[in-house]
Amino acid sequence: MLRHFTRRAAGFGVTFLLISILVFCMMEIVPGDPASAMLGTSATPETLAALRAQMGLDAPAVLRYLRWLGGLVVGDMGTSTTYGVPVGGLIRERLAVTLPLTGLAVLVAVAIALPLGVTAAARPGGVADGAATLYAQAGIAVPNFWIGLLLIMVVALGLGWLPAGGFPGWGDPAAGLRALVLPALALAIPQSAVLTRVTRASVVEVMNEDFVRTARAKGASVSRALWRHAVPNALVPVITMLGLQISFLIGGAVLVENVFTLPGMGRLAWQALAQRDLIVIQNVVMVFATVVIVVNLGVDLLYTVVDPRLRRRA
Amino acid sequence: MTARAVKLRRGWRPGSVPLLVGGILTALLVGIALTSLVWTPADPARMRILQKLKAPLVSGLLGTDQLGRDVASMLMRGAFNSLTTAFAAVGLGAVLGTLAGVAAAANHTLDAVLMRICDALFALPPILSAIMLGALLGPGALTAIVAIGVFMIPVFARVSRGAAMQIWARDYIMAARMAGKGTARITLEHVLPNISAQVIVQVTIQLAMAILTEAGLSFLGLGLPPPAPTWGRMLAEAQTYLLQAPHLALAPGLAIAAAVLGLNLLGDGLAARLDPRRRQAT
Amino acid sequence: MLAIRHLSIAFPRAGAEARVVEDVSVEVGRGESLGIVGESGSGKSMLSLATIGLLPKSARTSGEILLDGKNILGMGERELCSLRGRRIGMIFQEPMTALNPAMTAGEQIAEGIRLHRGTGRAEARAEALRLLDRVRIPDSARRIDSYPHEMSGGQRQRVGIAIALALKPDLLIADEPTTALDVTVQKEILDILDELVADLGLSLILISHDLGVIARSTDRTLVMCRGRAIEEGPTERVLRHPAAPYTRDLIAALPRRVRAGLGEDPALAGGAR
Repeated sequence: MLRHFTRRAAGFGVTFLLISILVFCMMEIVPGDPASAMLGTSATPETLAALRAQMGLDAPAVLRYLRWLGGLVVGDMGTSTTYGVPVGGLIRERLAVTLPLTGLAVLVAVAIALPLGVTAAARPGGVADGAATLYAQAGIAVPNFWIGLLLIMVVALGLGWLPAGGFPGWGDPAAGLRALVLPALALAIPQSAVLTRVTRASVVEVMNEDFVRTARAKGASVSRALWRHAVPNALVPVITMLGLQISFLIGGAVLVENVFTLPGMGRLAWQALAQRDLIVIQNVVMVFATVVIVVNLGVDLLYTVVDPRLRRRA
Repeated sequence: MTARAVKLRRGWRPGSVPLLVGGILTALLVGIALTSLVWTPADPARMRILQKLKAPLVSGLLGTDQLGRDVASMLMRGAFNSLTTAFAAVGLGAVLGTLAGVAAAANHTLDAVLMRICDALFALPPILSAIMLGALLGPGALTAIVAIGVFMIPVFARVSRGAAMQIWARDYIMAARMAGKGTARITLEHVLPNISAQVIVQVTIQLAMAILTEAGLSFLGLGLPPPAPTWGRMLAEAQTYLLQAPHLALAPGLAIAAAVLGLNLLGDGLAARLDPRRRQAT
Repeated sequence: MLAIRHLSIAFPRAGAEARVVEDVSVEVGRGESLGIVGESGSGKSMLSLATIGLLPKSARTSGEILLDGKNILGMGERELCSLRGRRIGMIFQEPMTALNPAMTAGEQIAEGIRLHRGTGRAEARAEALRLLDRVRIPDSARRIDSYPHEMSGGQRQRVGIAIALALKPDLLIADEPTTALDVTVQKEILDILDELVADLGLSLILISHDLGVIARSTDRTLVMCRGRAIEEGPTERVLRHPAAPYTRDLIAALPRRVRAGLGEDPALAGGAR
């Protein structure tokens, strides 16, 4: 188990290095560098060269890559050219919005998908199954940012129940949470559609297993056989899908944060592009990619929690 | 009686309903996209400020936007722009991904390297690659196509690798080896033709994904630049007029949903028909 | 105690009906053991599933299955649930797949006890431990927390027996309980089964295609073929002096030394060939 985990972690380490090289190289071939972006077009070659030397941009690429990597590890990511503040602090501030947003979205998605998928699987071909299939097909097809617009239109502007955008900060946690409800819902609905589909298919398959019949033969009701016996054994594909979806969730966060003008990582990345703040882009992308990798590592750990057969595998 | 029974069973072959609905929606989408090249109700780029923010049927079938442009015409041309971007992106992902997958299945060393690269690419959501590429190339069709296409390389690589590995395990591959055929030739003659069904299914499903992502990119201003109409930018512009002109937000969103739904259903239907694993199950 | 009267089971198939059991009648008295033999597809498993009320939903039945005079086929789901496990226990063929891979052996045995008696966790666990000892699981105190994948096939089938007998039911149905096991393990399982049936005074329905198993463990035998009852009677009589040609063929198909083990009349075997 430990050996298995170490090997997976090493694999993820390699993935991390590959991404960092890719990101670094891409930023490397972008015309212009942070120094010229900071000084604008009016700068003389002398002042540009001086700033480059000061920022360490005159060093060879390999050395700059290693410096960046070392900085990433300790959280020192350089200074934003537009904001003039350390990128590390900027990202931490923005993560305080994006992480709760995506976390809430995952919770909502699971809270919708699990009951819906399992109920659909209880009677394949039944009314609930039809409704779940319809929901799944429709939910996968609608873009999350459009759902965001509709929610703003109806719930925020129309009914006035929740704020249409902006984020008051975590000073008042209730207000902060209220600001995240609609964005999280917009993110969650397409995700829940995909999860519903996977849950249904997985539970249907497990319900045909012999051990479900064994459970019924000792007197377990249909719903007990479903929830106590089938569902725990049907979770592996659902968790796999959750892990795969993290990429889409992050992409979705960039969009939804822009719809709801939330000061999160996605909006930071988008604004940085508009301002050609390369240092911010480079580090935001890297942090997001790291989140994807870490989530996948976490998914690996979760497998062993839900499936005891995977616990002892070396 | 017998003839009727056969007919009934034909009607209910696996995937028939999704195939039919998906096929119709997709045909409609492609038809509208192509029609927009030769005819639209109005010039999608012509602004008539006096006619701005008109409701559907008051001016044109679907009303006008904040600059008085005809929404129906913009949607039609948007369908074309969306589809071409999606096709190019999926083409890129499918060709490179399938090549990588087939190569990985044929060679152990390549397998380890290629799959690790795929893991790395898959950790970069297309919107983030697009933001990086946007810094490099500026926003535009190329940025969108490359960003979406690169993300799809690992998807196609995994599908084709898995399918190809199953083919390599078959007896007739052993026979072909005995006959002295090399790896490249077996891949060309036996593996590629036999995994094509799965790749085609995946192309359909990924086209739907690409349309969704393209809409997101152009919503952020990372897609085709104006004046070319795109569904995503129409939605971005509609944000300001959510209450005054809700049709501006509804029409493009419904268009995206219908296009994605159609392609997804088509993919599901094709999968039920073509996928050997599912065909056995039914 | 159990009386099956004119039982027929059919499944709707494209237009027509596929009949898997046709007009079978048989009785099992208290403490009596009935063997059901037949090839695969003879309907013997469907008969047993019908008895515990677990036929697939699409099945159509007619006739009656009376447990102490009450018709199981007419019972509602709630009534069936209280019956299953408490009055009728069942052991399945595949010990590899019949246990829940995500629950420990102890939890699976205790589940029925907790469901039917409403006993607390600790008490049910103690009872599960006693049951593990009764089915002769070595090191039961440790094994109670083992997951199925950590056990051998024979051990899993013992857990299966413990689950079926947890509530000391009146009737035990064992559907090919030893078929999936190694020959050496088969004997151990049958020994345990015989002992427990005798100790608890259970009625037993033992389904097998193996005449050797039927011969050693049952009082009476029902021979089935393609959903029909071919012949029924005391096991010794059926195996030594089979009346139906089909039974004779079944016996003749056995290897010679197994036939000798049944104590079958060699002359008759010769005649059948």
